[in-house]
Amino acid sequence: MGKTFAEKALARAAGVSEVTAGQVIDARPDVILSHDNTAAIARTFSSLGVDRVRHPERVAIVLDHAVPAPTTRHAQNHAEIRRFVAEQGITHFFDVGRGICHQVLSEEAIVLPGQLILGADSHTTHYGWMGAFGAGVGRSEVAALWATGELWLRVPESIRIVLEGSLPLGVTAKDFALRVIGDLGADGGIYLSIEFSGSGIEAMSVESRMVLPNMMAEMGAKNAYVPPDAVVFDWLAPRLARRTGRPVEECRAQIEAGALYPDPDAEYVAEYRYNAAELEPYVACPHTVDNVVPLSEVAGTRVQQAFLGTCTNGRLEDIALAAEVIRGRRVAPDTRLLVIPASNQVLQEAMERGHIQTLIEAGAIIGVPGCGPCMGNHMGIPAPGEVTISTANRNFRGRMGTREAEIYLANPAVVAASAIKGVIADPREL
Amino acid sequence: MTIRGRVWKYGDNVNTDVIFPGKYTYTITDRREMARHALEDLDPSFAGNVQPGDVIVAGRNWGCGSSREQATICLKEAGVGAIVAESFARIFYRNALNNGLPAIICPEAAAALESGDAVEIDLEAGTIRRGDDTWHFPPLPETALRLIQAGGLIPYLRRELGTTRNT
Repeated sequence: MGKTFAEKALARAAGVSEVTAGQVIDARPDVILSHDNTAAIARTFSSLGVDRVRHPERVAIVLDHAVPAPTTRHAQNHAEIRRFVAEQGITHFFDVGRGICHQVLSEEAIVLPGQLILGADSHTTHYGWMGAFGAGVGRSEVAALWATGELWLRVPESIRIVLEGSLPLGVTAKDFALRVIGDLGADGGIYLSIEFSGSGIEAMSVESRMVLPNMMAEMGAKNAYVPPDAVVFDWLAPRLARRTGRPVEECRAQIEAGALYPDPDAEYVAEYRYNAAELEPYVACPHTVDNVVPLSEVAGTRVQQAFLGTCTNGRLEDIALAAEVIRGRRVAPDTRLLVIPASNQVLQEAMERGHIQTLIEAGAIIGVPGCGPCMGNHMGIPAPGEVTISTANRNFRGRMGTREAEIYLANPAVVAASAIKGVIADPREL
Repeated sequence: MTIRGRVWKYGDNVNTDVIFPGKYTYTITDRREMARHALEDLDPSFAGNVQPGDVIVAGRNWGCGSSREQATICLKEAGVGAIVAESFARIFYRNALNNGLPAIICPEAAAALESGDAVEIDLEAGTIRRGDDTWHFPPLPETALRLIQAGGLIPYLRRELGTTRNT
């Protein structure tokens, strides 16, 4: 019987010739990720009685959740992390303003196709965009990983989601992800590895591909996978070359050699097929991510805040899309448009291309690259009774700071159109 | 290992944001204080009234959402003895075992039990009892039992590594 991506990736991570779904293995991740939660993990690590992180070169830390520090408590947290990083000699450290962890580790080519990354962040599924195995774990588990370099994992069963054809104008990867979550439910991928494939996936840009595995965390998936191709290798190679100082061609060959693909006769517990032409823009309504309806059903709903950003949709492509919708128009009175680029590289490129100028002229607020208000920390918290339309991945009650607010999730063009109209709006009708 | 307590019943897809609000993630670090905010945005009556050994009973996908371990710690610290659900979100499930909080998958009991019921759970035998009613669940894997008996992953690992606590 052929092997799925998950079976191949976890066999490699366990250092054995093969594993089968259901088996429990000791996996050694290539990268161990944490963010602002690093100080808490460091305290747990210290309680283990171990002095040194076993493989500091495998540890990646990005300060992104509350940056720059909004309170003294947050600043103390960051200071504690910087001390730990210095003590342990951790080189993959990115301080406030560099960007959101998943975007930064992708841009820096710290994770590569076929590798295993375990992170104390539920959206570590993100790295499936390049064909890496990314899974979220808890803080205690990261402390254990720092100490021992390995962690038990159950090899997941896999499902396959096929997208054929090209997406209609105005329909994005985010809409496809929302449609899948709406169809399969918030627990539709629980404990599972999700493999995407099909011509609709192959046609997607790197930035669009990133949306899919990121959002699959909302379906309970352990990891998600997009088969890496030349588009992915070409994107990563110069970045790896820049970080390592090695020739681009050599880096590209190394990246390509590490890529893993499922066997044609691999076994799946389910397969779902979508025709891209039949998709439309969707919105996830309060207060669950699987409460998904076509955009037309909620168009006209008053919004006070529109938020473009997060690890799901804060990239150049998303900002460009919003700028295109907004050019020459103004954000509606009594409505706020908040734009937070996913990284400083994204911000710089968006500036060079004039998108930031366009957005500011329209009345948008530009934030420091980071997670911002997505988890209710700071920089765009809604008031009780207010409605936010957001490109984020979660709309749970209380998520953005108050249980008395409503969060709708949509693609960047819909968020931009809604900011202009002051109500949930279809950008195709502007 | 036996757990005795009263049932607190909740529904499907209870997420980590309503179990422990994200806004406290970097400002509340004391475990007792975490417990005072347990289930704050779902059931404001919970934190003040939960008794040691009480059992949370829920539907599908308990604990979906964030990887934040505070969602487990606040319940454990509030005295919750076990959680019985139709299914768990996977990171929450790992976090629960890693913090010594039994997470039991038993759809039949999850459907039948109601708030206020007095229950007794035997982890080794794999039984949940309410008066004359008994439900069976597959006994937890030995690894999970070891973690729970040790009080969680960290004390377990400390013992395995033969280290002494230095904080």
